[in-house]
Amino acid sequence: MSRLAAKFKELRRKREGALIAFVTAGDPKPAMTQKIVETLSKHADIIELGIPFSDPIADGPTIQGATDRALKAGTTPETVREIIKKIRRRSEVPLVVLTYYNIVFKSGVDDFVRRFAAAGMDGIIIPDLPVEEAGKVLKATKKHGVDLIFLVAPTTTPKRLKRICKVSSGFIYVVSLLGVTGAREKLSDLVRPLIARVRKASRVPVAVGFGISKPEHVATVIKSKADGAIVGSAFIDFIAKNLNNERKMLQELDRFGKALKLATKISR
Amino acid sequence: MRYINRFPVKGRFNGFGGQSVPETLMPALEELEKAYLTLKDDPKFKRELDYYLREYVGRPTPLYFAARLSERVGMKVYLKREDLAFGGAHKINNTLGQALLAKYMGKTRVIAETGAGQHGVATATAAAMLGLKCDVYMGTVDMERQRLNVFRMRLLGARVIPVKSGSCTLKDAINEALRDWTTNVRTTHYLLGSVVGPHPYPMIVRDFQRVVGRETRKQILKVEKRLPDVIVACVGGGSNAIGIFYDFLDDPVELFGIEAGGKGLKTGKHAAPLCAGSVGVLHGSRSYVMQDKFGQILPTHSISAGLDYPGVGPEHALLKVHGRVHYDSVTDKEAIVAFKLLSETEGILPALEPAHAIAYLKKMPRKFRGRLVVVNLSGRGDKDVEVAAEAMGVKM
Repeated sequence: MSRLAAKFKELRRKREGALIAFVTAGDPKPAMTQKIVETLSKHADIIELGIPFSDPIADGPTIQGATDRALKAGTTPETVREIIKKIRRRSEVPLVVLTYYNIVFKSGVDDFVRRFAAAGMDGIIIPDLPVEEAGKVLKATKKHGVDLIFLVAPTTTPKRLKRICKVSSGFIYVVSLLGVTGAREKLSDLVRPLIARVRKASRVPVAVGFGISKPEHVATVIKSKADGAIVGSAFIDFIAKNLNNERKMLQELDRFGKALKLATKISR
Repeated sequence: MRYINRFPVKGRFNGFGGQSVPETLMPALEELEKAYLTLKDDPKFKRELDYYLREYVGRPTPLYFAARLSERVGMKVYLKREDLAFGGAHKINNTLGQALLAKYMGKTRVIAETGAGQHGVATATAAAMLGLKCDVYMGTVDMERQRLNVFRMRLLGARVIPVKSGSCTLKDAINEALRDWTTNVRTTHYLLGSVVGPHPYPMIVRDFQRVVGRETRKQILKVEKRLPDVIVACVGGGSNAIGIFYDFLDDPVELFGIEAGGKGLKTGKHAAPLCAGSVGVLHGSRSYVMQDKFGQILPTHSISAGLDYPGVGPEHALLKVHGRVHYDSVTDKEAIVAFKLLSETEGILPALEPAHAIAYLKKMPRKFRGRLVVVNLSGRGDKDVEVAAEAMGVKM
């Protein structure tokens, strides 16, 4: 069983939802990422690490900012692979990599998946890779024992949903709203019906992301029968606010992570 | 095998093209493709579009024999006068087609990206005429160098939204337009301005621009009683080039696509992905792009904002690999020399984009001396006067 599958199984037994924490690797600099991940994984069940790409079309201003800082600090896919290796030496936390297709394509799809799998990557999310384009990546992830996580959006038609569910593993990433990533005040009305649709179509765990930025958002999606909540921009805001104060940055990430994790334990 | 109408097959131009976009947009692309394939042969839609192209845009545009330019470059040169299309560039052919398509699809708002501002102006024009709301994304660097067009768009009732991310040019404007579309996909049509982006855009934009080549063919056969030996067009995303090339692809006509060489290919400061880039995935399709060894998209440079883009249409990638079209580049300096040359010999101020095509006439292999050449003069140069003056060291 993959690390991701085992984690969701364990959490189901404990009647908890998964907290999935996203940060961009190399933000604000590569040397910080391991510390940030170790802080986050005190509370988060799964860590999602972004490999920065120059043109992140699915991301709002917060993650664009993180991407710019990481690229300016010299972060490359190789840097991120080294970081993953280091994290894996000390931790069994499930690690999911998120990056745009050109980064994977340019490395050579099979080569990229093989090398990152060997470093300790459990799953991969490619937000600009719809199921129609995924043939090569699917082949590589299967071969190297990595989960390929697809996104489902409120606009996804029933026909597409069926096709996506068929090839998804690890979890299915439910995009809670129409738009790009970034913290929002309110949870979108589109999210509950979409969770229900995906639940009905697949037995693969369902995690909800985009705009999830408060403990009450997390509680709502878990109560709406999602298996996990993905929080990215709200964590990155704490990084961006404390660029010159590492201690405070880690403290605030710790405190916020704790509050979010608590919200996943509300009995369903 | 015939080339015309062979591609795309399942959204692809052999290995190029495709649809690498977020899931949220996939259903919108499916809807757009379906609507387009239905409407393109719909008599009512065709009649309406033809009417606007004739009565509003002023088509057909002339094919003008440039006698004095011909003498200077040693070839018989005709100019396809897209600079005389309403708005001053070929862009209107596509924006009218897509805006009408959007209206038939029941969309109330269009968004667009723009580099030089020509596509933005053309979108704002079509939107105003058809009563659609219009927002245009434009990099702040481009807003500065194309101030005139920013004001024109605003006069036409469009909102111009400054884009401050990345390199603050066309590529970033496309990123931002894609983000907007993801948010407002239900009411909004993304009116993409070139033969780039995910399927079906490279096909739709090409089809709406084919009118340029179709007219050229008729016109040259009428005056010269034969096909041209050579056609030259500039290539940024590549819409004016595909437009004039397409109906000649199955004929013995040599085709040249000219990219922006900027400060020279060796300096890295250019916008010539076909000449000096590699295959990658940008803005939803696989084609040649300017990127580093990790796949990060590189900053580009061209004196012409309309060519200042690190990618190129996937069909151009195919035509390059196929060897059907020759791609080459000219530098900023050569483009400026050509800008002056055409102004002085013919009284025509070309946009800096087609000035690249004009410049290539002087660089063409010797065997083309004395031959019959058509250049797609894709836009007029009024918008570029400030930039040209600066490049010539003239203070205004």
